[in-house]
Amino acid sequence: MARAVSNRRKWTFTIIAWIVALLIFFPILWTVLTSFKTEGTAVAVPPHFLFFHWTTENYAEVWSRSSYVLYFWNSVVISIGSTIIGLVIAIPAAWAMAFSPTKRTKDVLMWMLSTKMMPAVGVLVPIYLIFKNTGLLDTRTGLVIIMTLINLPIIVWMLFTYFKEIPNDILEAARMDGATLGKELLYILTPMAVPGIASTLLLNIILAWNEAFWTLNLTASNAGPLTAFIASFSAPEGLFYAKLSAASTMAIAPILILGWFSQKQLVRGLTFGAVK
Amino acid sequence: MATLHTRASARLMMSPAVILLFIWMIVPLALTIYYSFLDYNLLTPGAHNFIGFTNYRFFLTDPAFLISIWNTILLVLGVLLITIVGGIALALLIDQPMHGQGIVRILVIAPFFVMPTVSALVWKNMFMNPVNGLFAWIAHLFGLQPIDWLAEVPLLSIIIIVAWGWLPFATLIILTALQSLDEEQREAAEMDGAGIVSQFIYITLPHLARAITVVILIETIFLLSIFAEILVTTNGGPGTDTTNLTYLVYSQALLQFDVGGASAGGIVAIILANIVALFLLRIVGKNLEA
Repeated sequence: MARAVSNRRKWTFTIIAWIVALLIFFPILWTVLTSFKTEGTAVAVPPHFLFFHWTTENYAEVWSRSSYVLYFWNSVVISIGSTIIGLVIAIPAAWAMAFSPTKRTKDVLMWMLSTKMMPAVGVLVPIYLIFKNTGLLDTRTGLVIIMTLINLPIIVWMLFTYFKEIPNDILEAARMDGATLGKELLYILTPMAVPGIASTLLLNIILAWNEAFWTLNLTASNAGPLTAFIASFSAPEGLFYAKLSAASTMAIAPILILGWFSQKQLVRGLTFGAVK
Repeated sequence: MATLHTRASARLMMSPAVILLFIWMIVPLALTIYYSFLDYNLLTPGAHNFIGFTNYRFFLTDPAFLISIWNTILLVLGVLLITIVGGIALALLIDQPMHGQGIVRILVIAPFFVMPTVSALVWKNMFMNPVNGLFAWIAHLFGLQPIDWLAEVPLLSIIIIVAWGWLPFATLIILTALQSLDEEQREAAEMDGAGIVSQFIYITLPHLARAITVVILIETIFLLSIFAEILVTTNGGPGTDTTNLTYLVYSQALLQFDVGGASAGGIVAIILANIVALFLLRIVGKNLEA
């Protein structure tokens, strides 16, 4: 009897939760559906939900008539480039702070985090002028530099919280056995650190891919990533819902998939280890 | 434990990150402070004279400034209210035993990964458009007059768009905290005859307090800088109805080319953000010791 009640309870929650989840997900679903409609169907009232003539012409059009490929490539270069450079700089720093902590390690970490608190708009003017005077404006190099700097604190922090969980005893033992610093890094630390590094990498690519302050302010037609490409739809001509949807679907699909893989690390990364 | 040798190499390993972040923090900040005291407009060539606090006086007495502060506060509080209340409710729901929990979780998290320009334009055109938008169609179904969301309630519209993106974040963090709740404690309370509501108020909520604080503080940091959603939907309008502090400084800098004024605004934004940051750093710092 008790079992039957709990089973009914389970189904009730299942139904409620699925309805709520689908409602929250609906704007994404609707974007994907609209991307397969003709422009005429896309603005039809009442709306067509599933029974319409499916077409991929919007994808073909976005792909061929705009420089979509360039924007996509810029997004890839900027997000992956800045993440890899960030990791190269952050891994030694996080390693040192996790395994050779001093009295000031905590202060350094807190200070790094505090640089993340600076509102972007507070330094927009000098960065814009520096970029303008050095020719970095609207270049991928420029954006990779900015993106590396704004995400470096998060990368260091995430790596630090992962590295701290690697037992120090193992390193001590290796040192006793006469392992040099290089060997220690290569054979002991690296294999144990790979999962942490991988999730840091994922989260950081996501953050850089979706960043929409610096990418919108420092780029035009050369180095603009997908955030800027989509923003160009804010001044539309004629019917554009289906094309906007196709472009949006292509812009969010890769990151949505990466995001689903990294959902556990997301909490940890974005709360700087405060919630695990 | 650490030998002199390892300590030296540790310092060496930290230095690139520390030096880069130090430059990143000091140079632009110093320049912003410097520019904020100059009569400097990109459209007027010639010497940039030192004019003391004039830029600050103009910025702080600009009627748009107070409006932008008010809009910033409304935007932050509105999104926080929706995401915290909604996040707690959603987390409690997802935490229940159900079929397909993993898929529900994935669907709920998805909006967080949508880039701001996409979510803003999708909501603006396909949902909030008074003619072809889904909301207009729903209003018609109920025999109501559809409203022109971004013209009639522009700030609320932006709050909704932004909250949709941040709801998953709050949900995910509160859910993570919820799952570390000791079930026995709650069951003991249930045995003692505590109802669902008092179980929630006296056991669940105190347990979530920390996670909720973290959500509030981190969201606040990001929400103070909301920009793209405003840029692609309303451009800060109608009038200054959706101009927040970030957008105001942006328009002063890149639309009016007023380097001095925008820098003064930037410094004001930094001071405000730092007040919030102080609380956040204290909490995160406490956790580091534990």
